[in-house]
Amino acid sequence: MGALTAARQDPKGEVYALLPEPNAEACHEVLRQYGADRIVVIQTPEADLSPFPEGQAAVLAAAIDRFQLDALLGASGEAGRDLLARIASIIGAPLILDCLDIDFPSGTVRKSHFSGKTTATLRLNSRPWILGLRPNIITEQIDPRPGDIVVYEIPLHVSKRLVIREVKQGSSGGPDVSEAEIVISGGRAVGSAENFRILKECASVLGAAVGASRAAVDAGFASHALQIGQTGKTVSPRLYIACGISGSVQHFAGMKTAKVIVAVNNDPDAPIFQKCDYGLLGDLFEVVPALTRALGPGRSK
Amino acid sequence: MRIYVCIKHVPDTAANIRPLGGTAFDETVKFIMNPYDEYALEQALRIRENGAGAEVVAVTVGKEVAVSTLRTALAMGADRAILVKTDAYFTDSAETGCLLHSAISRDGSPDLILTGRQSVDTEGMQIPYRLGALFDMPVAANVVAFSMDEGRVIVEREIEGDVREVIEMTMPCVVGAAKGLNQPRSPTLPDMMKAKKKEIRVIPQADLGFLAPVPAVELLGLQTVPDRGRGSILVGEPERKNGAGASVPAPERGQGSIVEKERLWRGSAFSSRRGKARSKKPAWAP
Repeated sequence: MGALTAARQDPKGEVYALLPEPNAEACHEVLRQYGADRIVVIQTPEADLSPFPEGQAAVLAAAIDRFQLDALLGASGEAGRDLLARIASIIGAPLILDCLDIDFPSGTVRKSHFSGKTTATLRLNSRPWILGLRPNIITEQIDPRPGDIVVYEIPLHVSKRLVIREVKQGSSGGPDVSEAEIVISGGRAVGSAENFRILKECASVLGAAVGASRAAVDAGFASHALQIGQTGKTVSPRLYIACGISGSVQHFAGMKTAKVIVAVNNDPDAPIFQKCDYGLLGDLFEVVPALTRALGPGRSK
Repeated sequence: MRIYVCIKHVPDTAANIRPLGGTAFDETVKFIMNPYDEYALEQALRIRENGAGAEVVAVTVGKEVAVSTLRTALAMGADRAILVKTDAYFTDSAETGCLLHSAISRDGSPDLILTGRQSVDTEGMQIPYRLGALFDMPVAANVVAFSMDEGRVIVEREIEGDVREVIEMTMPCVVGAAKGLNQPRSPTLPDMMKAKKKEIRVIPQADLGFLAPVPAVELLGLQTVPDRGRGSILVGEPERKNGAGASVPAPERGQGSIVEKERLWRGSAFSSRRGKARSKKPAWAP
């Protein structure tokens, strides 16, 4: 939906929503609400393309050609990144992933370089542009359009040299950090895997996802899937609560674009206090349960 | 079997990056091997050590100074190395992919290509895919587990929500390594001495064919991202009953040198209206 809102920012743009899913009528109304002028329903002889990422990319690449699209926008989470990079590589198109914003008239986008320490301005000099937007960076806006259905049938021979054999769900549960609107993360000071429970409890009342710093992951307190920072995930939530995280440059690489950063730390000299919006100087083992109680069931939100 | 590992010479992740106008930045900072590429190289070395009898070749595209990162790769255990020498620091990922492809194709026939899932400087996140398309090989990136069996590679790739895809690919193929794949080794002093004797072939970029005069993605400039500055620091006991009966973390009054000495009460909700702030939900609450 954020990608549709971004596409609508092109003053001259006609927005096509590409839907490689023939039986997803439920999506059509959402796509219309968020600004799709047309909805291209892609049909292939292969009933289920989900085990074949190469096939999924090939049909979308074919659709770009068929409808002479000038740009393809998508979300730059891990799955979106994979798909967009495959499409761009198939057609040899310029690709910029993890965009922070797009300026259509000048054909420029901005994205992070050097772990969020600098922002690069990049110009696209050829079409079609393939662009992935950092999740949550663009707030979706309702902008209803007709969303006329166009059925596109593509006879495709799907290569089977790459197959997804299995999809394994990890143990962490809860919403995903990259897409969550609120993230509450723990650092080394959380002390143990067991202690992450207090963050999980707080997360469940906030509707938040739980994240972790590298120190906490390396110490075995949390799974790598939760790691935020340089070698983990990049998040852009509305609210980021860092508990017992000192705030290394590498951690900031993963959460610098959060709208509001709150730090909970008992060390007044923790670097994170120098680059947050609100700092709570106190013991996370007192502050976090207090937050959970304050915001929990029975309280007015 | 021949394994090519594509690595990149990048500024240390902790280094202060100072833009110097246009696309220039202060390059006198400490440089390291891109951390994701270390996982890729480590995996290649493990395959060789597990008896597959592989030759491991490290390849990079960069300025002449990138030789130091190739030396690190040789010290970790790569057999030899190739530098595609460029004059500019920044090259578009699509171009870097083309240069790596020509350098590798000239050198030999890869059975496996390993690289990091992204570089930590330009964060392009697409080299594995560009190489996959140029070599017409299957590719999987963000890989955290790897095994090889009779001409097939089975990897686990991490996606959102703590979910892993188990992917099977035919060889030759391209793998983009991520953290969690392995624990890269640190070279010892004797390793570093040995690395000095290993071969590094330098190929000027122009020898691999001319690139387009204007890249498809052109870097126009770099701007420093300012830190958001010191936050409003709230000190005091975590819970305080207030009029509404809800307990919220409340600022303690007249507390401590931090509050007094520095201008901490930034932002609207807490700005000097401490009494009010206490009775209200904090501004940052959802």
